[in-house]
Amino acid sequence: MPRVTYVHPNGEREELDVAVGMSLMQGATSHGVAGILAECGGNAMCATCHVYVDPDRLDTLPPISADEDALLNGAASERRSNSRLSCQLVVMRDFDGLVVSLPERQV
Amino acid sequence: MSVQSVGIIGAGQAGFQTAASLRQDGFDGQIALIGDEPGVPYQRPPLSKAYLLGKIGLEALRLRREVYFAAHRIELVHERAVAIDRANRRVRLKSGSSVGYDHLVLAVGAHNRALPVPGANLDGVLGLRTLADADELAVRLKHARDVVVVGAGFIGLEFAAVASALGASVHVLELADRPMPRAVSVETSRVFARAHEAWGVRLDFGQALARIHGRDGAVDHVETTDGRRLPAELVDFGIGVLPNVSLASEAGLDIENGIRVGSNLLTSDLAISAIGGCASFPNSHSGELIRLESVQNATDQARAVSARIVGKPGPYIAVPWFWTEQRDLKLQMAGLSSGYDTAVTLGSPEARSTSVLCFRAGRLVAVESVNSPIDHMIARRVLARPTPALSPIDAAAPGFDLKAWEAASKTAPRRPAIPSGAELMEPTQ
Repeated sequence: MPRVTYVHPNGEREELDVAVGMSLMQGATSHGVAGILAECGGNAMCATCHVYVDPDRLDTLPPISADEDALLNGAASERRSNSRLSCQLVVMRDFDGLVVSLPERQV
Repeated sequence: MSVQSVGIIGAGQAGFQTAASLRQDGFDGQIALIGDEPGVPYQRPPLSKAYLLGKIGLEALRLRREVYFAAHRIELVHERAVAIDRANRRVRLKSGSSVGYDHLVLAVGAHNRALPVPGANLDGVLGLRTLADADELAVRLKHARDVVVVGAGFIGLEFAAVASALGASVHVLELADRPMPRAVSVETSRVFARAHEAWGVRLDFGQALARIHGRDGAVDHVETTDGRRLPAELVDFGIGVLPNVSLASEAGLDIENGIRVGSNLLTSDLAISAIGGCASFPNSHSGELIRLESVQNATDQARAVSARIVGKPGPYIAVPWFWTEQRDLKLQMAGLSSGYDTAVTLGSPEARSTSVLCFRAGRLVAVESVNSPIDHMIARRVLARPTPALSPIDAAAPGFDLKAWEAASKTAPRRPAIPSGAELMEPTQ
């Protein structure tokens, strides 16, 4: 299973094995990673699963849809060039070793 | 006295979130999460959408993996609670055992209103609330050609959307004159009525079910109140829900369209809170008691109760929001539109990307966004302000853009909402 690291704003790291086919959001919520709220359950409707992706891996990810783009503009924490909604990132084998940082707040 | 043990009755979204938030907030005492459904707590919203359609599986429904509960010392008690012994602070379980508590959280939800017609007990007549219901409906949808849906609320229309996408011939009966009449504005109803018609769903308004006729114990056809007979292999009903109040009522707690709580979410017993779909709480704007069945209400109230238990109390003032998904339509609602007198439509209802701003006496009370998540996010922020300060006249101005207005009004001096413009656009109802 690909191993993904979620880094909290205080620097604390959680390394999790996330099954291929699950979203990065599901990987986080099913393990109870604090800081991924996912209030809408992963439907690209709420922007409470915002993450900052390792910039080196950014171009390996699927493109941002119009909905995701709009929601990221409305996210509670600053949008950066490496901002993504983790519900829209379905884990593939090449996600192994990916590091994502969690924003200060989601709401 | 500090709280050493928390009992939670109901392991749905609200009950689960209470347990999870307590651990996140640093609560170190015992937590017992009591629920009579098997397995770990799961999300209900996808049951009538992606899960029913077969797009996602059980794994995606689960709110946490099983190991989470042991790791966080949350005891899952798979049992039915039968009584609350307030004097001894114990919850009596069906098996005869009991769970003690210093504080008890009632997150017992609601149950589907039963279909009050002859034939409602026939095989093939089903409501949708639990995972088991969804599994049963999914199996039957594979074979059903003629499906009758009773009630054009969220759940009925979501079911109709899935059934039509799977190729069934779907007929919806609704007593009111439009879809989702209690939840959304006339303008938004119209968008959904048109969409369902385009998907081939028959919407029959002003119609109720008179009876269901069976053959060999299974549903065969239904009869409407105006005497028509419609073929049906499957009847799905969603005609509203009733709060689960019997435990609370038998324990002597105040009941008023749900378990009555104050703005601190405490019941008439200060050792017991009630949250989520079973709780009737004061609206932070109007003070009137309301009861909301939504993920947002369940989780925000759970967080508020957890914060209070760990010593950070505050009134519950969150802006309500809801969503429904029907095929390619995503509707997100912020605020409560009930009693609105003026509506301003932004965007393009024809292109199925639109927001309806609902005003009551000049004050913005709700925003309904179809396929416009950004409007929804902004609406939630605007509605959370003490005074939204957006007038219907401003909103109806040519070229008005909610996002630009919100950014500009953050820095601009606040001015009171002008309670005029009610003549602008009356609801057509």
